[in-house]
Amino acid sequence: MLRDRDRIFTNLYGEQPWNLAAARRRGDWDGTRDLILKGREWLVQQIKDSGLRGRGGAGFPTGLKWSFMPKKSDGGPVYLVVNADESEPGTCKDREILRHEPHKLLEGIVLAGAAMGCTHCYIYVRGEFVREAQVLEAAVREAYEAGLIGRDACGSGYDIEVVVHRGAGAYICGEETGLLESLEGKKGQPRLKPPFPAQVGLYGRPTTVNNVETIAVVPAILRRGADWFASLGRPNNTGTKIFCISGHVNRPCTVEEEMGIPLRELIEKHAGGVRDGWDNLLAVIPGGSSVPLIPKSVCDTVRMDFDALREVGSGLGTAGVIVMDRSTDIVRAIARLSRFYMHESCGQCTPCREGTGWLWRMMERLARGEAEIEEIDQLWDVTKQIEGHTICALGDAAAWPVQGLIRHFRDELERRIRARKSRRAA
Amino acid sequence: MSPRYPHRRPVGEMAPDVETFAFTPENLEKAREIIARYPEGRQASAVLPLLHLAQAQHGGWLPRAALDHVADLLGMPRIQVYEVGTFYDMFNLEPVGRIQVRVCTTTPCWLCGSDEVLRACRDVLGIEPGESTPDGRFFLREFECLGACANAPVMWIDDDYYEDLDYERARRVLEAIARGERPRPGPQSGRRASEPAGGKTTLLFADGEE
Repeated sequence: MLRDRDRIFTNLYGEQPWNLAAARRRGDWDGTRDLILKGREWLVQQIKDSGLRGRGGAGFPTGLKWSFMPKKSDGGPVYLVVNADESEPGTCKDREILRHEPHKLLEGIVLAGAAMGCTHCYIYVRGEFVREAQVLEAAVREAYEAGLIGRDACGSGYDIEVVVHRGAGAYICGEETGLLESLEGKKGQPRLKPPFPAQVGLYGRPTTVNNVETIAVVPAILRRGADWFASLGRPNNTGTKIFCISGHVNRPCTVEEEMGIPLRELIEKHAGGVRDGWDNLLAVIPGGSSVPLIPKSVCDTVRMDFDALREVGSGLGTAGVIVMDRSTDIVRAIARLSRFYMHESCGQCTPCREGTGWLWRMMERLARGEAEIEEIDQLWDVTKQIEGHTICALGDAAAWPVQGLIRHFRDELERRIRARKSRRAA
Repeated sequence: MSPRYPHRRPVGEMAPDVETFAFTPENLEKAREIIARYPEGRQASAVLPLLHLAQAQHGGWLPRAALDHVADLLGMPRIQVYEVGTFYDMFNLEPVGRIQVRVCTTTPCWLCGSDEVLRACRDVLGIEPGESTPDGRFFLREFECLGACANAPVMWIDDDYYEDLDYERARRVLEAIARGERPRPGPQSGRRASEPAGGKTTLLFADGEE
């Protein structure tokens, strides 16, 4: 288990105030100026050496992403956009950072901004997080007044403007180019890539979009050293991670743990175990709703990191762990996710706009057993017609939970169909 | 008339439909402050914050006149503001009850009993999701994942989250609000934020480490 002294988010539960004075006591904004003055190359290299991978779901190496930004300024604005549009079902980690540790995020913005030569930062907070955005805005005001952000941030000579922007209820704005469209005052419909945001992003300018947690761990990495961060977890899956454990556990919670912690240990140590014991476990969705579920047999041994979960046909995603015990109507649970993706599809690409509705309708019928056995394969086929055929990953995200269900619970789907048929025959 | 819905007459406490809309002087000042956060020529970026402001000013929904006012203020084609207004879930384009009750029913909340929360809403408010109470006071709807899954099930009333609900707790919250009180937001179970119920498992600094 991760030692408390290796935990980054020491105010995860808001036991202390979020404000600047309390944040400084927790070690935030300590020597930030000196870190900035070490220069872009050093900053980017440290993040590369730490092995940090993006915490928003895709797990792309952060240092590498930063290195895509133009090395030389052309005099125009360069943007850092923080994705605080946390909406992936099962995920509630950025919320804790926004409301309890906003200064970790702001200090991370200054350091990440300095590493990429950013002139402005927009923090895009989901519209529903009204209170969280209010805390963040107050923290931004504090940081401006203390000279930590804005002109000559931390007395380093580096300038960065920080603005909090509120969304208005659209999951798709968590997709980075959908977010940029939304930030420009449009519908949040994702853009075709290339060009990538590092070349053509917000207002057509170089832009990097990073998740809240990714940016908020940056100060700790730079202060304590890339080696320290890389020593946690295992190669290619380093550091600490905030996990959110929801569903059928005795004590649902959000907790920071070491990357690669066994799923069973995570649930039993921090979430009080599965209701009525581990053997009562049916399945877990380990990384937010977009990743395929894993059945108990896999949960018994799997570790919670990017590579281990990929190897078992799922993914770490956002590390939103949704636990389902044997009382769960697993078909309904996944059908509800299909309804979610249908509702959240932006409507731009036909396979997703139409396909998510198909998935939901077929899933509803399967939940009632009102189908023929062959329709299970048809459903699989529909997921394959969506997956990989859309501009953004929402199509994939809609397809994968259904695929996971068919892969691991085909028996249950068939049982329902047969049961209904025999009831009708009787 | 709003772009998405047929004209619906407001009832009771609902804000009326209006032929013209303008920000109050205080809100206009706020709007100018918001617009100034974005680069010259990029005022359209302020559309979401301004629509939030307009909706709050107009009692929880946006008549077409409000969309037009925001469009004109930002120099945007009106159709682009209608597109935005219809795209985002938080904007109401028809009259709704002033107190907005949204129940998260996505899988993590559903697993933890969001059906029971909805039942409490039906029992206390006497309406179905998508409806407003006959006096125009409350508006009830289902909402997709609110991002507080470790505190499921969750209900979002106006600006506040009410968490760790069950039938009784949801009922108590709603009845208090109906009486004009403002119950304490957050977990209704007594625990702090999203720490494990019954006590933390981390951040104990038990062996004196800092």
